[in-house]
Amino acid sequence: MYDIAVIGAGIIGCSIARALSKYQLKIVLIEKESDVANGTTKANSAIIHAGYDAKPGTLKAKLNLLGNSAFDELCKILDVPFKRIGSMVIALQEDEFATLSKLYEQGVRNGVPGIKILQQKELRNIEPNISDHALGALYAPTCGIVGPWELAIALAENAADNGVEILLNTRVENIKKLENEYILYTNNRIISAKRVVNCAGLHADEINDMVATPSFQIMPRRGEYNIMDKSVGKLVNTVVFQCPSKLGKGVLIAPTVHGNLLIGPNSEDILEKNNFETTKDGLKHIFDTAARSVKKVSASTIITAFTGLRARCERDDFIIEEATDAVGFINVAGIESPGLTAAPAIADYVLDIIKGMNVDMVAKTDFVEKRRPVIRFNELTNDEKEKIIEKDSSYGKIICRCENITEGEIVDAIHRNVGARTLDSVKRRVRPGSGRCQGGFCSPRVMEILARELEIDMSKVVKDHPKSYILTAQTKDTSMFDLHAVNYLTKECVANANRI
Amino acid sequence: MQIEYDVVVIGAGPAGLAAAIEVKRNGVDSVLIVDRDRELGGILQQCIHNGFGLHLFKEELTGPEYAERFINELKELQIEYKLETMVIELTKDKVITMVNSKDGLLTVKAKAIVLAMGCRERTRGALNIPGTRPSGIYTAGTAQRFVNMEGYMVGKRVVILGSGDIGLIMARRLTLEGAEVLAVVELLPYSSGLTRNIVQCLEDFEIPLFLSHTITKIQGKYRLEGVWVSKVDDKRHPIEGTEVYIDCDTLLLSVGLIPENELSKGADIEIDTATNGPIVSESMETSTDGVFACGNVVHVHDLADYVTLEARRAGKSAAKYIKKLLQHKKDNIIISPGDGVRYIVPHHVNVDNLEDTLELFLRVNRAYMEKNLIVKLDDTILAVINKKRLVPGEVENIRIKSHMIRDREASFMTIEVQSEGV
Repeated sequence: MYDIAVIGAGIIGCSIARALSKYQLKIVLIEKESDVANGTTKANSAIIHAGYDAKPGTLKAKLNLLGNSAFDELCKILDVPFKRIGSMVIALQEDEFATLSKLYEQGVRNGVPGIKILQQKELRNIEPNISDHALGALYAPTCGIVGPWELAIALAENAADNGVEILLNTRVENIKKLENEYILYTNNRIISAKRVVNCAGLHADEINDMVATPSFQIMPRRGEYNIMDKSVGKLVNTVVFQCPSKLGKGVLIAPTVHGNLLIGPNSEDILEKNNFETTKDGLKHIFDTAARSVKKVSASTIITAFTGLRARCERDDFIIEEATDAVGFINVAGIESPGLTAAPAIADYVLDIIKGMNVDMVAKTDFVEKRRPVIRFNELTNDEKEKIIEKDSSYGKIICRCENITEGEIVDAIHRNVGARTLDSVKRRVRPGSGRCQGGFCSPRVMEILARELEIDMSKVVKDHPKSYILTAQTKDTSMFDLHAVNYLTKECVANANRI
Repeated sequence: MQIEYDVVVIGAGPAGLAAAIEVKRNGVDSVLIVDRDRELGGILQQCIHNGFGLHLFKEELTGPEYAERFINELKELQIEYKLETMVIELTKDKVITMVNSKDGLLTVKAKAIVLAMGCRERTRGALNIPGTRPSGIYTAGTAQRFVNMEGYMVGKRVVILGSGDIGLIMARRLTLEGAEVLAVVELLPYSSGLTRNIVQCLEDFEIPLFLSHTITKIQGKYRLEGVWVSKVDDKRHPIEGTEVYIDCDTLLLSVGLIPENELSKGADIEIDTATNGPIVSESMETSTDGVFACGNVVHVHDLADYVTLEARRAGKSAAKYIKKLLQHKKDNIIISPGDGVRYIVPHHVNVDNLEDTLELFLRVNRAYMEKNLIVKLDDTILAVINKKRLVPGEVENIRIKSHMIRDREASFMTIEVQSEGV
């Protein structure tokens, strides 16, 4: 029996699992997808918010501030890309200054450090490409950008390094509450745990309802995004928002930690929790809106589009509490923005709840805080590159031409704890396929490496979900493998034809 | 480790191979050719269909056979080559940084460079087609690699977006491998591929080609389940109410090729926005002295034979440059596209470097029937060339006798499609 079962390996589940791994507890992290970070965590704005948006006094406001301040240290010890670049909320009309003032006052009440209202000239000094219509901005220097899935993957890896068991492709289908334990029925096996933490994101309400009285409902809110080429990655220096509306913070335009440019999201309440479609209207809306914030946004630099679903709930604040009629069952639900920012603080908050449950929390003496550093070949100096190839020649084999990602990095991503098993999971860890050719050149090579390292046939390598197969069967004529054989055959056919 | 060569050729596809051979043949011995792939020949190695070499060798060869001729010659000439070697940086003063497993990080100082990096395929992301992101969507070239090099099929019910040559070739290839190619969907009112490929790859197999149509939505949760196809109006916008759903598990994209000039940009080489390739002279020299370019990195060719011709010119010029025989002057004749012409390569001419002919490659911007191409030097008409048909999918190769240009002191050359009623 496990001491604690955490359901859902998004940024929240991974943060909580890692926080718990500091103690002598038997922990299991259960995820229905083929990889961690495969839901809302992989499709969001990747922003570490400063904290002026949330209503003072809410959990969102409190945990946003606490979470934000934890990022430098957390990303350093886990070797995750994070940059504190600051944000702007721009006023495109005179009357929007009123909104800026309101946000400013809210920010001051929430304790956001360093925020100020900039006039047009100061704004332009920082953002030379900002629209001519931008009259001023609310500047928040503590806003940051992060690799959200990389953070979740790093948290999961570190949790696994510290003994947390991680079950992928494992969907919780029912939960039974016994006197001192919960029985979790999954598609793979039956799991029993003394306590359960529900971080099931979009499906948190369904998980709650398996064992407790329905008390909240998760409503998916769709956001669509575009990623642009690195050639325009420096179009803006900070995260540029427009004034918020009822539906959210509006369309932003921001650099990513990898040097691309991100635009989006729109905001649309939808019914299905599994609708990850981008739409013509949505993509048009985010592009047109972004083009109002910043000059020189060009459609020809778009390299991909994606949709994320926010797990919104009607309470309008995070739900982090023990279910009223299920002792030892903790809901962590409705974690929409600023959930990513708040994640480290949410984990601590949950830890406190568990401590209050009379759990024997003995700190491990052998807890490994740091993650083994990741080699990012294209970020090394020439000297460092030379040294690493000398040590391991697979770092001299570049697989991804667009981002200069080496075989060594891919092999490492496969063999770490919570290692890559699919094409997309390699992409999320080390980025081949994230560049401008979108995997055109490298995907056959990456599949070959996955097949070799995992000792499976190449046709068994999938994109993401087990049903997302890439290759169907071997070709009819396997001599196609050998091009010289083909040449020979062709020549022979020609020779025969001549004879006839 | 820093080493020196007279000429370094980047890329060992049809362009790089022919250029390197020509450098050596013209008396420059210190030449190195590097490629990121595992074998010489570049994309030719996956083009196992025939049709290569018709112009150059008067024979029909497969891609690997065509490559083999040059590879054999390269080896006979004992030209040094490095495979699985990636150039990661190129500077204006011709210092090349490359990596591979054997040498580690290598810095090479070259006196001249030939850029022959080829091109890449446009992706679904670049088209921003809405819908989900399932597996089963490939660029045509990636699918070609899977089928022809790796020996795996990519799907059973196939739709192809775009009628570029690789897409057409793959329509035939997948049909022969037992897949059902349901449709080729082309946004434009004409195909962007070679006519011979339309006939041999689609018509012969009764594969329908839908012109003025596009894909408006991609559907499928895990693997592709289907695509929505719409007719488009003359502004290329989908017409509402014309959507048709096609049930398929595979989508191939053959929607254009983009010259790979990320390295060139690092060396401050000027790029033409029409070709997405370097601006070049008659000698295939870029805006940076001693840096030459040829093949699909300059502009997307329709025939490998033309690539070879262009590459020979680049290789020969690089050799001349090393021997200090290449002339440089400021007031070259500027060549610019006139009405109906999308681009012309080269972009400018120094008549002092011309041998007996000036060779030009151009593409028109739409389809024309029975039209004249008019070549003008300043305001005088130099030549009128009658063409039965001109299509954007086919490169026009125009040769002009050098003396016709040399004898006149001109500053501009234009080529245009003759307008109606002239």
